Amino acid sequence: MEYEAVIGLEVHAQLLTETKIFCGCSTKFGAEPNTNVCPVCLGMPGVLPVVNRKVVDFAIKLAIATNCSIASVSRFARKNYFYPDLPKGYQISQYKLPIAENGWIDVEVGGNVRRIRIRRIHMEEDAGKLIHDEHQPMSYVDFNRAGVPLLEIVSEPDIRTPEEAALYLKALRDIVVYLGICDGNMEEGSFRCDANVSLRPIGSRELGVKTELKNMNSFRNVQRALEFEIRRQRALLERGERITQETRLWDAAKGVTIGMRAKEEEHDYRYFPDPDLVPIVIDKAWIEKMRKTIPELPNEKRRRFAEEYGLPEKDIEILISDRSLADYFEETVRYFNNPKMVSNWILSELLRELNRSNCSPSNCPVSPQNLAQLLELIDNGTISGKIAKTVFEEMYSSGKKASDIVKERGLKQVADEGLLEQIIEEVIRSHPTEVERYCRGEVKLMGFFVGQIMKRTQGKANPKLVNEILSNKLKNSQQG
Amino acid sequence: MKEGKISLEEVKHIAKLARLRLSENEEELMTHQLNNILLYMEKLNELDTSNIEPMHHAVEQVNVMRDDKLKPSLSSEKALSNAPQQNGVFFVVPKVL
Repeated sequence: MEYEAVIGLEVHAQLLTETKIFCGCSTKFGAEPNTNVCPVCLGMPGVLPVVNRKVVDFAIKLAIATNCSIASVSRFARKNYFYPDLPKGYQISQYKLPIAENGWIDVEVGGNVRRIRIRRIHMEEDAGKLIHDEHQPMSYVDFNRAGVPLLEIVSEPDIRTPEEAALYLKALRDIVVYLGICDGNMEEGSFRCDANVSLRPIGSRELGVKTELKNMNSFRNVQRALEFEIRRQRALLERGERITQETRLWDAAKGVTIGMRAKEEEHDYRYFPDPDLVPIVIDKAWIEKMRKTIPELPNEKRRRFAEEYGLPEKDIEILISDRSLADYFEETVRYFNNPKMVSNWILSELLRELNRSNCSPSNCPVSPQNLAQLLELIDNGTISGKIAKTVFEEMYSSGKKASDIVKERGLKQVADEGLLEQIIEEVIRSHPTEVERYCRGEVKLMGFFVGQIMKRTQGKANPKLVNEILSNKLKNSQQG
Repeated sequence: MKEGKISLEEVKHIAKLARLRLSENEEELMTHQLNNILLYMEKLNELDTSNIEPMHHAVEQVNVMRDDKLKPSLSSEKALSNAPQQNGVFFVVPKVL
């Protein structure tokens, strides 16, 4: 029997606020354990949580960007369970009346647009962090993360393949990063993903028994975990066995998912409205105010870059993967209107240097204007493309302008035909054997001659002129 | 004992979730009392509320919010001071997995 997978993703995005969702403690990562805590986030008796307005702002932004309808009245609920990383014995989350519902994200899969619907987005607090002692039967709790604001984004089970899951996740990550509401770092856990997956015979409308996958800390791991889990479920079904509904942990090192033994009671959260928090009422004015702050989103930018600059898809994907890189590109094109050449330089030279120095495009020591000037120098024949790479490296390390470096180091291209002819003749004269071999048909020796000429001009000879003159001279010696 | 709104089994289940250890007598007593409460609440269903907006909260206020401004936190010493077990840096709990 042929099966298809039915996949839904639950994503937790940690928000880039200064303070926690219900108290004024810092959300900063890496502080000494239990120093970003107060009576509210420690769950002391008698305290009252007060919502951070920015969390609601951010939720509205994401709701708009993912085409959700925003609830005019939204409220918080308590999700009750006991675990030592949860000081109050409940997590403040949303259950009924989440802030946003019924949205979608379009992703392109193999040239086709797939619309993945979003069931809901809700606000909640993160739990603390547990560290387990390897030698003693003890665990240590750090509550710095308790109360850090999260948005949970739940998709409908519209995803059919692990590849689609990774693309949806990446699209969602790009959106939260573009909105500036989350840093989208999966490795560090500020953007986390759980996946629900089940199989059903193709053509069937019913859903099979699902498993929930956790502990996947990269796009690649989400894809790998789903691939493994689909294979595992298919093998069970083909043997006529049943799937057990359970949570399974992805083990990236072994490349397998492992079932966690769970008590049935565990998922009985007894949600109820949190009496400590009053409803949130969102009017049109608030939504419009947030809408005005939303930048051009990845999908729009993708379309516009294709139309406006005629760039290949591969270039566009890399350029828009980082909003500041896309901005850098556009700024450079404003000064030097050859989008493909700008893109080539950004994707090769610039990105290499940025990665090497672990620098963001917005802090790049070579400004878009200076990069444009360098490209101009190549374009008008002042320097060769090869020399330009050396110049660029120096621009990057020194912050100097291209024209200054060219002048200081005498890198101006030799485009003096008389001088080039002289050099080329010398090269031909001093390599009679190679000339003879060339004349007998070893045309690839052309490269050897060019190399010799470049050596004598320290790479400054205008390549186009060299090729022209050299071909002519060699032809002449062939005839002679 | 399966009378009315809540069964003995449900009471045991809820007690377990709430980490309450009840004796057999207490379990029966709770079942009885909870049933009385729930039956009394049933009375409310006699009212026709089909045209009434659900109430979201006991107070009329909405949108009580604060700005995203830092406030001083506790020192870890103070934060840990009420803990049954701690090591000066962390809260210490029996191992959980």
